[in-house]
Amino acid sequence: MATGLYGISFGALSAVAGLSVGQTATLSLLLFSGGSQFALVGVVAAGGSPVAAVATSTLLGARNTLYGAVVAPLLGVRGWRRLAAAQLTIDESTAVAVAQREPAATRAGFWVTGLGVFALWNAFTLLGALAGDALGDPRAWGLDAAAGAAFLALVWPRLAARAAQVVAALAVGVTIALVPLTPPGVPVLGAAAAAIVAGLVAPSRAAEEGR
Amino acid sequence: MSAAVLWATVLVASLASFALKLAGHLVPEHWLATDRVQRTSSLVTVALLVSLVVVQTFTDGQALSVDARVPALAVAAVALAWRAPFVVVVVLAAATAAGLRALGWG
Repeated sequence: MATGLYGISFGALSAVAGLSVGQTATLSLLLFSGGSQFALVGVVAAGGSPVAAVATSTLLGARNTLYGAVVAPLLGVRGWRRLAAAQLTIDESTAVAVAQREPAATRAGFWVTGLGVFALWNAFTLLGALAGDALGDPRAWGLDAAAGAAFLALVWPRLAARAAQVVAALAVGVTIALVPLTPPGVPVLGAAAAAIVAGLVAPSRAAEEGR
Repeated sequence: MSAAVLWATVLVASLASFALKLAGHLVPEHWLATDRVQRTSSLVTVALLVSLVVVQTFTDGQALSVDARVPALAVAAVALAWRAPFVVVVVLAAATAAGLRALGWG
């Protein structure tokens, strides 16, 4: 249910950003990572360059690499199944898989969640894209405001730790400073660069506090 | 962006996404299990999402701006503090901006 409604929001915002129904559906089929997809259409909507859109989307997808390293030993698959498992490696399937205690339940949890989310996400993305295309002026419906709210909802559960709050404040400052100075899309990458520096130089203890 | 450029953007980003996922399945787990890698990854995710909130809400091209999107974001934050589900947050924000614009502001 949550995936379905989330998919409709993405499809509608993607249409508003100027992506065709085919392009929106392709993102959900091939890119298949909600946050990265929202980020890509967000940068496109803000007038960012293709390079900035790809870079933002890819940086946001980097966490899937960490998820892959966690679930691969639990799944123990080879060949084409490994490719399928890689494509289904996202927040939801990883969270469900690692929450199980029995190896069989871990594997079932990963595949059922991954395939279920994949089916729902693609179906509802398509619906959202068709609806978004039919709506007309996105501003009159407040859809431009919905994009900011969607990103806030995605980051909200990640703001509990003190280090995350500090980096969030840093990201706000860097973004506001860079918006007037750089082309659209670059401020977001600047915020990411600041976070990489913060993550590498900050002492470990600071990151542990408040977890 | 033209349709061809948009398609290229979509396909390159999709390829990069899959490559990152597959890399996680192929590299030894201990390469990525270090505290520093995990921490930096989670902080980058936070920074990107927060920056996107700012860009989507407070900018118009290369100018900083305040319009109906700002109160809409405030409504979204209140809804999140009350643990509203994702879609309720998004719909409330859109309705706030749409309502304010219907009244002639922002």
